[in-house]
Amino acid sequence: MRRTYLGEFEEVVLLMVAILDGEAYGVTVSQALEEHTGRVVTFGTVHNTLIRLEEKGFVSSQLGGATNERGGRRKRIFQVTALGSRALQEIQQLRHELWQMMPPTKLRLTGL
Amino acid sequence: MVGAGFTSAHFHQGTCLLGIIMKPHLKPPRWAERLLTFFCAPHLLEEVQGDLHERFERQVLLFGVKIARRQYAWNVLSFIRPFALKRKPNPYPTTFLYSPTMLRNYLKIALRNLAKNTVYSFINIGGLAVGMAVAMLIGLWIYDELSYDKYHQNYDRLAQVMQHQTFNGHKGTESSIPMPLVNELRTKYGSDFKHLAMATWQGARILSYEEKKITRSGNYMDVDMPRMLSLKMLKGNYDGLKELNSVILSASTAKSLFGATDPMGKIMKLENKMDVKVTGVYEDLPFNTSFRDLKFIAPWKLYVSSQKWVQRAFDENQWGNNSFQLFAQIADNAVVRQSDMTKLSAKIKNVKWDKVDAEEKKFKAEIFLHPMSDWHLRSNWEEGVKTGGFIQYVWLFAIVGGFVLLLACINFMNLSTARSEKRAKEVGIRKAVGSIRAQLINQFFSESYLVVAFAYVGAILFILVLLPWFNEVSGKKMVFPWAEPTFWLISLGFIFITGLLAGSYPALYLSSFQPIRVLKGTFKAGRFAAVPRKVLVVIQFTVSVTLITGTIIVYRQIQHTKNRPMGYDTNGLITMEMMSPEFYGKYDVLRTELKNKGAIVEMAESSSPLTGVHSNNGGFSWPGKDPSLHADFATIWVTHDFGKTVGWQFKEGRDFSRQFSTDTTAIVINEAAVKFMGIKDPVGKVVQWGDDKDAEYFTIVGVIKDMLMESPYEPVKQTIYFMGYENVNWMTLKLNPNKSASESIAKIEATYKKIIPSAPFSYKFVNDEFGKKFVSEERIGKLAGGFAILAILISCLGLFGLASFTAEQRTKEIGVRKVLGASVFHLWGLLSKDFVVLVIISCFIATPIAYYYLNDWLQDYKYHTNISWWVFALAGVGALAITLLTVSYQSIKAALMNPVKSLKTE
Repeated sequence: MRRTYLGEFEEVVLLMVAILDGEAYGVTVSQALEEHTGRVVTFGTVHNTLIRLEEKGFVSSQLGGATNERGGRRKRIFQVTALGSRALQEIQQLRHELWQMMPPTKLRLTGL
Repeated sequence: MVGAGFTSAHFHQGTCLLGIIMKPHLKPPRWAERLLTFFCAPHLLEEVQGDLHERFERQVLLFGVKIARRQYAWNVLSFIRPFALKRKPNPYPTTFLYSPTMLRNYLKIALRNLAKNTVYSFINIGGLAVGMAVAMLIGLWIYDELSYDKYHQNYDRLAQVMQHQTFNGHKGTESSIPMPLVNELRTKYGSDFKHLAMATWQGARILSYEEKKITRSGNYMDVDMPRMLSLKMLKGNYDGLKELNSVILSASTAKSLFGATDPMGKIMKLENKMDVKVTGVYEDLPFNTSFRDLKFIAPWKLYVSSQKWVQRAFDENQWGNNSFQLFAQIADNAVVRQSDMTKLSAKIKNVKWDKVDAEEKKFKAEIFLHPMSDWHLRSNWEEGVKTGGFIQYVWLFAIVGGFVLLLACINFMNLSTARSEKRAKEVGIRKAVGSIRAQLINQFFSESYLVVAFAYVGAILFILVLLPWFNEVSGKKMVFPWAEPTFWLISLGFIFITGLLAGSYPALYLSSFQPIRVLKGTFKAGRFAAVPRKVLVVIQFTVSVTLITGTIIVYRQIQHTKNRPMGYDTNGLITMEMMSPEFYGKYDVLRTELKNKGAIVEMAESSSPLTGVHSNNGGFSWPGKDPSLHADFATIWVTHDFGKTVGWQFKEGRDFSRQFSTDTTAIVINEAAVKFMGIKDPVGKVVQWGDDKDAEYFTIVGVIKDMLMESPYEPVKQTIYFMGYENVNWMTLKLNPNKSASESIAKIEATYKKIIPSAPFSYKFVNDEFGKKFVSEERIGKLAGGFAILAILISCLGLFGLASFTAEQRTKEIGVRKVLGASVFHLWGLLSKDFVVLVIISCFIATPIAYYYLNDWLQDYKYHTNISWWVFALAGVGALAITLLTVSYQSIKAALMNPVKSLKTE
């Protein structure tokens, strides 16, 4: 099985793009991050990650949706590609399998 | 309290809201926005800006302007990372910049451009070539000065042992030391020195072999000296001087004395009295060494045994007789640095003071080492502190050379920037047909490099032509360093830097023009585009005016000193050194015969030549003398007729006379001596020399006007002239003014050949000898003058170019003015005014600079001229006149143009 290279932060951002479903761009992604994970990150970091995801082929983007509050500038809307959603699923799958393999006693010991 | 706080906060928020509504331009920090547009890649800019703005607006609503602005700035900074900086690659294939075809084309265009504007090309290349040539010449000269004495392998470890002594409150420095010093150093500090070598003073002496007689400068030195100087022995070895009666000769001396035969082991005569065996031949020392005139070396021991007074100084361990030189090579064990010499100097400081008697202790003799590396360039002391020396001139000329070069570079830049505006259209067209920026940059750079390369070739040609002249003026023997890789490396570096500097403005600025604006004709150079050019012109003329002022003042100083009253008449005086025993005891015969023949008017003998004082003595006293005064006088022994020969000018009393048999104890003193002694009515006073028991007494019979014998820049020293026939070494002859000099000299030579057949006949004119005291100042004057002329020339070339450029640019304006009735004179004023103003500004800047440095320079001379205002006025007016001449050609040409023609252009 081909390993998908996704960093932890990349994975979270990719999830956010999937959640926002067609509404994902710099501002919304960083707001969603703040809202759902409590992480406060700079724009630079978010943009950087989005562009890297695009380079890896997990998201695609297009320009559109200029609004007044942006001073008439367009935004770059990101969408999860097929490759991206498969990568997310694979990660989910892998995690699930790994959880299954964990002995039940272990879980108890660590206070779960 | 709480209430107040609340209201203020509320009020604050209110203004914020109001701000948003009332002032829609409430903006994030401008610097942050600018920064972002500056660094962010263009293809990302829009979305990033949009996101930041959206966020900003929200933040303003949520937290207020202040926080929102801070957040904005912080977010902008967070974008400084590779992804945002990286530009999107150009979708078109990259142009290969260095394709041979294009390079050939650049070269062709550059050559065509040069050929099209011959005047500009000439000014550019010629000016730059002259500037480079000057810089290179000065560079060669500095290199030569700095490599002085480096011929000796032990350069770092050699030193002369010298001393400071304090007389009458002034600390003086001298290289003469007493004889016992050498043994004292050897026994006490033997481990610090590898070699110590005594020597006397280098001077011309007669060498003879069979019938051949030559006069060569040489010295008596200790056995180790050849080894210390690392002489290259062509024959024999370093131990050649171990035998008492031996001599080693330089190759050139050996050749002129022995011709082709092998000199080794031959017995020859030294000073016409000593038989010595040649035990070695060494390669002549090169021209840039302190010992370059050391043409033979005889053993020091031979000198000691052949001179009674020296033998006595040796036998009696005379610490008070400072008449010899001592050279030292410090021990090998330490890593040699300047500080080692200084440390050792401090160690041996009191070696003499500890030994001298109580009477001499008051002179506070301090022995120290003067390292060879300082001999040539740093040999001036003031009150016991080294104050530099020739090194100042080395720096001065380095700066001047740098400036001349700078002037040439400024021309180059000025002309290229001035002209570049004309080429804006060309840039537009080139861009329109598909040139990319890098190609334009290449093109402009290739043009500037072509000019620099031409100039460099020109500079080398200049140097080849100028080098012989420069060698003569600067008193050097330099050759062009063809085989020196460092020279070529420096040259390459220099070409690179000049080309880059001169070409960068057109290359980088012009290539950034937008073709549409240039071709539409809306492009115009800014109002301040000419400012840098003007500043550069001001710099140029400041340098030139400073140099002109400097030259005038150096020449005035020389003239001032040359006009100094000499106190005697140098005309028709010839002098010769009595170099062999045969000279002595022939005084009367010579004098009568020469006078009878009418070759001379008078002759005399003296212990010093007219152009120097060879002995100074202390220990004099007289009635009313201040006991603390160290009575040190220049002491000169002369024969009866000396005064008549040189033309003494008596203030009081009389000359020595044969009519008074008591004149053997008579003395004549100069005015400086009267002042120094502080006595009134000196004639008839008795002066005592020496201590009470073996004192000698002399009566003053006359006072003469100060006779200038030593440096013309120093006050004349207090001098006593004794009457004597024994310790005289120089003959002075006053030629018969009614006959030609050559005729008289022929007669004198014949007489000498008859009376003193064993000595070579060699004489010198006192005038020439005196003139030699001005050599270094005249050299500086000549060099400064040369550089000033070059600086002015280069500046004027630049000005000429600029003037023609402005005249050309304003062709239409001039046409319109003429049509409206402006006169030629008016137009000439209009066009010249700008430059004249610049030159006047330069004069105002140059005057204080020149005053400061020249005043400083003049202070080094005790006898010096004053800087008067007219020198500056002259330099300023001169510069102005030259400027007007240069500019007028162009401005009058422009003003005379037919307006119909000039208005029809384009």
